[in-house]
Amino acid sequence: MAKKEAKKLEYFTDWKYAPSPEATDHIRLQKQYDLFINGKFVKPNSGKYFDTINPATEEKISSIAEANDKDVDSAVKAARGAYDKTWSKMPAKERAKYIYRIARLIQERARELSVIETLDGGKSIRESRDIDVPLAANHFFYYAGWADKLEYAFPNRQPKSLGVAGQVIPWNFPLLMAAWKIAPALATGNTVVLKPAETTSLTALKLAEIIQESGLPDGVVNIITGHGPVGASMVNHKDINKIAFTGSTGVGKWIQKAIAGTDKKLTLELGGKAANIIFEDAPINQAVEGIINGIFFNQGHVCCAGSRLFVQESVAEEVIKKLKDRLETLIVGDPLDKNTDIGAINSKMQLNKINEYLKIGVNDGAEMYQSSCSIPKKGFFVRPTLFLNTSQSHRISQEEIFGPVLAIQTFRTIEEVIEKANNIPYGLSAGVWTDKGSRIFNLTSKLRAGVVWANTYNKFDPTSPFGGYKESGFGREGGLHGLMPYLKF
Amino acid sequence: MERIEVLKTYKIFIGGQFPRTESGRYYPLKLKNNMTVNVSLSSRKDYRNAVIAARGAFSGWSARAAFNRGQILYRIAEMLEGRKEQFLEELKQLGYTPTAAKKEVEQSIDRLVYYAGWCDKYQQLFSSVNPVATSHFNFSVPEPMGVVAILADESSALLGLVSVIAPAIAGGNTCIVLASESKPTCSITFAEVIATSDVPGGVVNIVTGSRKELHSHFSSHMDVNAIINCNTEKDFNKTIGENASLNVKRVFTWNRNWSDEKEQGPYYITDLQEIKTTWHPIENIGVSGIKY
Repeated sequence: MAKKEAKKLEYFTDWKYAPSPEATDHIRLQKQYDLFINGKFVKPNSGKYFDTINPATEEKISSIAEANDKDVDSAVKAARGAYDKTWSKMPAKERAKYIYRIARLIQERARELSVIETLDGGKSIRESRDIDVPLAANHFFYYAGWADKLEYAFPNRQPKSLGVAGQVIPWNFPLLMAAWKIAPALATGNTVVLKPAETTSLTALKLAEIIQESGLPDGVVNIITGHGPVGASMVNHKDINKIAFTGSTGVGKWIQKAIAGTDKKLTLELGGKAANIIFEDAPINQAVEGIINGIFFNQGHVCCAGSRLFVQESVAEEVIKKLKDRLETLIVGDPLDKNTDIGAINSKMQLNKINEYLKIGVNDGAEMYQSSCSIPKKGFFVRPTLFLNTSQSHRISQEEIFGPVLAIQTFRTIEEVIEKANNIPYGLSAGVWTDKGSRIFNLTSKLRAGVVWANTYNKFDPTSPFGGYKESGFGREGGLHGLMPYLKF
Repeated sequence: MERIEVLKTYKIFIGGQFPRTESGRYYPLKLKNNMTVNVSLSSRKDYRNAVIAARGAFSGWSARAAFNRGQILYRIAEMLEGRKEQFLEELKQLGYTPTAAKKEVEQSIDRLVYYAGWCDKYQQLFSSVNPVATSHFNFSVPEPMGVVAILADESSALLGLVSVIAPAIAGGNTCIVLASESKPTCSITFAEVIATSDVPGGVVNIVTGSRKELHSHFSSHMDVNAIINCNTEKDFNKTIGENASLNVKRVFTWNRNWSDEKEQGPYYITDLQEIKTTWHPIENIGVSGIKY
């Protein structure tokens, strides 16, 4: 059979997108933010503040308070007081109403929150607007309804709250992660001390304003800002009953070690290096979209990103060709522009890390392919990148890069790809693309990962449990299963 | 002349085989009849061999039909019932009163039957179909964690062992168990029961030895997914927790009174399960007017 030339996707057009920036004049931001403890904004004991910048322009947006051990202690005391005096005694149906209120207030202020999320974190406005903020509101709305129905969730058991939950969240989905943490904790009757990541504190602080506005009793939710030591101080605090952490596997292991031998309960949602597997019978055009969404969604700052692509050999040429064509069409630049696909890298530190991995990939002998797009001179940006001819042993195929970088391998048989996909310490997520139903179920049952997307990728929902196997952590967030980590029986 | 009784050499149980410890070491255990048993003082290497066996058995065992796993657990109960007298005698030699021994064996048999029944039922109770807002079919199911390391209850010769092995393997995991140090003989006789119950080699591995020596190895092995300690030693538990962080092992302290009927249930199975969520798009046919 004569070899057919793969068709080129015709994306080319003379029409260019006109700039379409989202307005920022309607948002309310202060020059300086304090710590939210016991229902009030209070100055940090250290008297210190640090700058939060817009990673797309490197310009300062606001000053954020740096908490210390004393502040952590007052936040925990406030949370304990609120737990003992009000929150644990309140009828569950009333607790629910507060959480519903928070959901509604987020919806009402969705546009403002989206813009701030994009300004502070660098993600495209389309994503903040359509994914992060609506999902955050929905998460509160979903868990609000659980508050007075917990006895139905666990057959033959009487669930009880734990007490004070210390929660530490990352910078990739700032408001959404705050919602993932706070909503189930409150619904199950716990009180909270939350620490957002130092580069993305603003939407958590806006959430603190919303919480204040909602009339939630003082101290039920406390939000304290700062760098790593603040999180460490929470982890080691004697009066915290539960630690919930989302972030890197390295820090997760440190936390697990730090609380060893104590009675603290722990949930870890850690790193990933997901396999996205394309079989020859897959709907190729959809699969290409799935690969793009899998790795370039949120600049690749996604723990469940499909960062390892496995393409069946027979279609590898076609898939890679189409992938390269599609890569060219991605718009990289101003996160506030509604046409932007890939926004700014969250921080200088992360940018350096990604660039370091690009060097490692090339030095290890993989073939680098980047979009020819221009990137802004100011701010932190990376061209979307493919690595071809990679192998299992390459560091770019083993380590979490957390950027728009895809490592591509090929495979021949199902057994081979299952072996390769599972042969990694991580196990957060995976993707499978094939038209054959029986093959989907074969794969989805054999892949050792907590979330498996078949013929789709990077979908999230408040009702859908999320979390990892192996070194990607334990415990689930979302859905009925997301209640368990905040309860005892 | 009076017939001389043939005494048993107590070995360990790895991958369906009965070797002595590779280390050649032993510790003496004095029985009530004044005979001494030279119990295998298992080494780190024995444990590592057992982990290899358990990992090798995992894919086959977890892929068994749940119904089949139920039948095999029931078969273990049948075999145990058939060898009841032997266990009664062995327990007596370990210091159990006849009443206590009878209770220990009967509860162990009943517990196996209890978990046999759970094998194909807990999935239905703890799975969910999730009503996501987008056009996707989304469901979550429990799946076994993998290889589970267990430091069994020191105070119990048989029931403590059965009460942790049964939920682990009912849920499709494979395991390595360190038997009670002071009451190890029954664990090896129980291994003989397992070996004759259609349980594939490597699904259950039992070693005897020192918890003080082995707890850090049990918790630090990089190819073990979960660790359970059924004892209360504070400093051991701290070490176990710290070592577990090396590969984010799931850690459980099951310090329970296993003779309490309440200390059984599906939550012992689900503790050792991961929840997997699967998404698939649902086609939206945009033709207007179609009603059904």
